[in-house]
Amino acid sequence: LITPGMAQAAWNKAAFDAKNMESALGAIGAGKPADSADVQITAPDIAENGAVVPVGVVSNLPNTEYVAIMVEKNPAMLAASFEIPAGTVADVQTRIKMGQTSDVFAVVKADGKFYMTKKEVKVTLGGCGG
Amino acid sequence: MTLHTDFARAAKAAEAMYDLPPFGNVSLLHMTDCHAQLLPIYFREPSVNLGIGDMLGNAPHLVGERLLKHFGLQPGSIEAHAFSYLNFTEAAKTYGKVGGFAHLSTLVKKMKASRPGALLLDGGDTWQGSGTALWTNAQDMVDACKLLGVDVMTLHWESTYGADRVKEIEEKDFAGQIDIVAQNVKTTDFEDPVFKPYVIKNINGVPVAIVGQAFPYTPIANPRWQTPDWSFGIRDDEMQQAVDAARAEGAQVVVVLSHNGMDVDLKMASRVTGIDAIFGGHTHDGMPAPTVVQNPGGKTLVTNAGSNGKFLGVMDFDVKNGKVVDFRYKLLPVFANLLPADAGMAAFIDKVRAPFIEKLSEKLAVSEGLLYRRGNFNGSWDQLIVDALIAEMDADIAFSPGFRWGTTILPGDTITMEHLLDQTAITYPWTTLTEMSGETIKTILEDVADNLFNPDPYYQQGGDMVRVGGMQYSFNPTAAMGKRVDNMMLHGKRIEANKVYKVAGWAPVSEEARDSGPAVWDVVARYLRGQKVVRQITPNMPKLVGMDGNPGIA
Amino acid sequence: MASPMRIRAAAKEGVTEVRVLMSHPMETGQRKDSSGNPIPAHHITELTAKHNDKVVLSAQFGPSVSTNPYLAFKFQGGAKGDKVVVSWVDNKGESRTDEVQVS
Ligand SMILES: [Mn+2]
Ligand SMILES: [Mn+2]
Repeated sequence: LITPGMAQAAWNKAAFDAKNMESALGAIGAGKPADSADVQITAPDIAENGAVVPVGVVSNLPNTEYVAIMVEKNPAMLAASFEIPAGTVADVQTRIKMGQTSDVFAVVKADGKFYMTKKEVKVTLGGCGG
Repeated sequence: MTLHTDFARAAKAAEAMYDLPPFGNVSLLHMTDCHAQLLPIYFREPSVNLGIGDMLGNAPHLVGERLLKHFGLQPGSIEAHAFSYLNFTEAAKTYGKVGGFAHLSTLVKKMKASRPGALLLDGGDTWQGSGTALWTNAQDMVDACKLLGVDVMTLHWESTYGADRVKEIEEKDFAGQIDIVAQNVKTTDFEDPVFKPYVIKNINGVPVAIVGQAFPYTPIANPRWQTPDWSFGIRDDEMQQAVDAARAEGAQVVVVLSHNGMDVDLKMASRVTGIDAIFGGHTHDGMPAPTVVQNPGGKTLVTNAGSNGKFLGVMDFDVKNGKVVDFRYKLLPVFANLLPADAGMAAFIDKVRAPFIEKLSEKLAVSEGLLYRRGNFNGSWDQLIVDALIAEMDADIAFSPGFRWGTTILPGDTITMEHLLDQTAITYPWTTLTEMSGETIKTILEDVADNLFNPDPYYQQGGDMVRVGGMQYSFNPTAAMGKRVDNMMLHGKRIEANKVYKVAGWAPVSEEARDSGPAVWDVVARYLRGQKVVRQITPNMPKLVGMDGNPGIA
Repeated sequence: MASPMRIRAAAKEGVTEVRVLMSHPMETGQRKDSSGNPIPAHHITELTAKHNDKVVLSAQFGPSVSTNPYLAFKFQGGAKGDKVVVSWVDNKGESRTDEVQVS
């Protein structure tokens, strides 16, 4: 169970309630993260199912301590965040909901600084074929 | 059959064409996208196959004379007829029908006899596309492929029979005979493999790996509820891992049996290393020669072998000191009049069709013009379907999916129920009648357009543009997503964003739309019986913008 | 009470990969039921994973995480037979803890 003494931050309501990228980034203390090629995001080019979009983030930055996944066009932009303790690899995967085509952002905190990268995931109506 | 002089010449040329000299020590035969056509048919190649961006002017985005020129085919030759739409009706009368499993079987046997150890690869879209395949739940094609001697296959439309049926066929019918390979199909829970990623076969002492790549967008292009526990996707990282694993296991030749579609295969070949050849399908491009793609590891050949049983690809590799040093490739057209029917296969086909003959043979109407489907925007067959939907369902506008399968009918021929099923036989054939705002109609057209004309092939799904009846529009393939469709008009009036229109369609992919209305073949058959004669049809084409001089349009 | 999680943990070359499938509706709070009433939000908010009592990952989830959430991560160390324990709590205060042995 979640118990006191784990040094875990309380659920970040302000970040999960944020209605634009700026305030979501603000609420996690990220400000304006620099783009970094050392942060990689994996997600499908086209979502097979907008309700279940696999997203993975890998950070090759030393001392990565935090990873967040944000979806620009979702009503709740921040999807999930992860605290990476020492000894855990900065390599996480989850599955998220997407209502429409959007950029998906990976935001990473390493050595106290924030970095990010993004990938567009297309959500299509479907049909037709060869 | 009249022995036309062209045909007499063709018959002579055929001997040479089918007496393909063997080469090297490893041969692979490739068929793809036959769409369950057991009998010979007519099939007209497209006159519109636009390429934009990096694809402009490159295979497969070449039609007519530009295609002949690119591949060095003689205008007016039997090969020009096989690979292009040029002079289609007259040439089809001269050379006759193409494909048919009995004729294909003869060709496969001939190639296997001259190429000991050769394997037959089937790229998928094999179990769907005919009335008999639908009514036998794919059994006719499963048995026909076993009889034909298919060794390895991958999947697309096969999945529309449902996951359980595919696994049943794999585990029972195909056991010990045909391997299904698909490195990119995983379970939706823990991403466990659903099929073998590859198999390694020994051909004349050379270990040859065949890696499978099923159609990556199956759960989008077709109903996801048919394979709810399977995830697909392109997964080129995992393709690289599969290729590396096969090499590590000792494979000296690695090929991919792919249902990506040709543009996706070309991009994949540029990113994944260690593949000798990709045998491609899905986009139904009959390409006389492979495209050679450079990548950091060397070169990869990319082929595409057309559709409807019309072609058999023959790849001969010369493998020396553990690697491919040379190759010969030929995409052989299957002309039914030039290849005698294999007796065993012909008897099987007769038997499997017998219970359905009466239903299939029903004469619905006579067609005064040529009926074909293939092409980026609309074909006369699809025009007939959307005309029928508008008339029978009292709609303003009708949509028909941009399928690339479906056979061709020559002017003056009778349209039978079998012909209609060749255009429509799917496991989710329901018609829909939906009230849509002008804005929604535009959104749908734009969505499909981006799946066809996105400049990045990995965002393409490989069908053609949704066929549109009742309304006119202009179309700019190179415009950005959401900006390609313009000037939408209905009966001379601009379509208004907020006004509601009655739109008929068929083949809905959403689970809520199951059993939404009668099957499309019933609706169109009713229309055809009433018409008796179908006049010459001019397909409703969008007004294209920015495509002047594009070699993908005639 | 929510159904058990499905957890796999496998050690390979000094790294243990953990994959978790939770059973949870992850209701967003934005949907309406058939009679038009809003369906209240109901989603996991926090998750913790421990390897032999050491926290190896903690996560916060919002309603954009898919129904029946999936999570995969890797930590250094871990040996066959070690215990990996995963716990979550949701916005209604419900919780669930499950464990698996590293294979
Ligand atoms: Mn096909
Ligand atoms: Mn296909």
